[in-house]
Amino acid sequence: MPARDISQAVGGTPLVGLPSMSPPGYSLYLKLEGHNPTGSVKDRVAAYLIAAAERAGQLHPGSRVLEPTSGNTGIALAAICAPKGYKLTCVLPENTSQERRMLLSLYGVDIVSSPAGEGSNGAVRLAREMAADDPDLYMPFQYGNPANPRAHYETTAPEILRDLPDVGALVAGLGTGGTLTGAGRRFKEHDPAIKVFAAEPEYGDQVYGLRNIDEGFVPPVLDTSVLDGRIKVDSVKALQATRDLAAAEGIFAGVSTGAALSVALRVCDPRRLAEGSKVVVVSPDGGFKYLSTGAYAPGDVADIAAGLSQTLWA
Amino acid sequence: MAIDVRIPTVLRKHTDGEAKVSGEGSTLAELVDDLDDRHAGLRDALVGMDGQLHRFINVYLNDEDVRFLGGIQTPLRDGDTVSILPAVAGG
Repeated sequence: MPARDISQAVGGTPLVGLPSMSPPGYSLYLKLEGHNPTGSVKDRVAAYLIAAAERAGQLHPGSRVLEPTSGNTGIALAAICAPKGYKLTCVLPENTSQERRMLLSLYGVDIVSSPAGEGSNGAVRLAREMAADDPDLYMPFQYGNPANPRAHYETTAPEILRDLPDVGALVAGLGTGGTLTGAGRRFKEHDPAIKVFAAEPEYGDQVYGLRNIDEGFVPPVLDTSVLDGRIKVDSVKALQATRDLAAAEGIFAGVSTGAALSVALRVCDPRRLAEGSKVVVVSPDGGFKYLSTGAYAPGDVADIAAGLSQTLWA
Repeated sequence: MAIDVRIPTVLRKHTDGEAKVSGEGSTLAELVDDLDDRHAGLRDALVGMDGQLHRFINVYLNDEDVRFLGGIQTPLRDGDTVSILPAVAGG
């Protein structure tokens, strides 16, 4: 049966085994969220954010929507807002990939740039200032909106549990905390023994250019009580795993997939995860939006990662 | 009992601009005290009045967030690397 329109084609993504990369005694699986309509897991979130706002009567044709994003959420929101006649503005850190900016432009999105040195925190700060100055703007605010984790609680996690009811661990990247909080909560309800691990991106110094510690930001939607561990991954490890994934399994993914995968490989250790465990890794997006960063170009991984470490890849 | 400690840009005003310093301690709490002796102001930057890590600071022991290990009482061993990062989001 055909989908009525593109918004009905969100989710139902493949869960695929990684037989070549699974460590002895463990089975790794990758949830390919790049198979969503705009190519990322954020299609699920955007659909839930907009539906929740419409139900609450906060949107009507001609409404203006504002969202801080490092890119994927903006692209996903754009694909929903454009046909509905909502005018979208995205606040995007300067150091996001060219592809993300091009795609937003294609959808007619107004882009406001926030300083590279403030990372995503700067985009959040600037968007909040803009929203405070203009009460007619509607800001879904993925970092604080319960519809974000609910998308994963109601769609991502049930899909995985349907395909793999005896899953033993979940690994996902930490951005807004939506995937980990929503899917993690569902998994713990299914079986409290399931372990949930966060892969936290570690960037180069320039991305942490805060003036003081109080400019740090912990997304309100993140519920760390569902986490069993949080492991940071630098650009070298993330990129190496991303490139290994292409070579070993034929899967072309974005750099944050490699970050989560490298955490999965680390926790496949009898001291923290029973042998025989099945481990699901969430791949937030495919690799196409990172081609311009040189992430997949020939050359030394450490050299390429050094350049990449100043770009927001999650 | 040397521990390598990586300092984020925002806290290097306490370390004369050094990105990497060395300290000692058998727990993270002891390390923080030792670091504060060498680099005044670091303890207040990392730990609140309640003795716990500040909300907007993440501390990693060999890449693992100490909040999921033993928090401020996490045991340390010679040769460990402790990394301090400000809390940032993505998405």
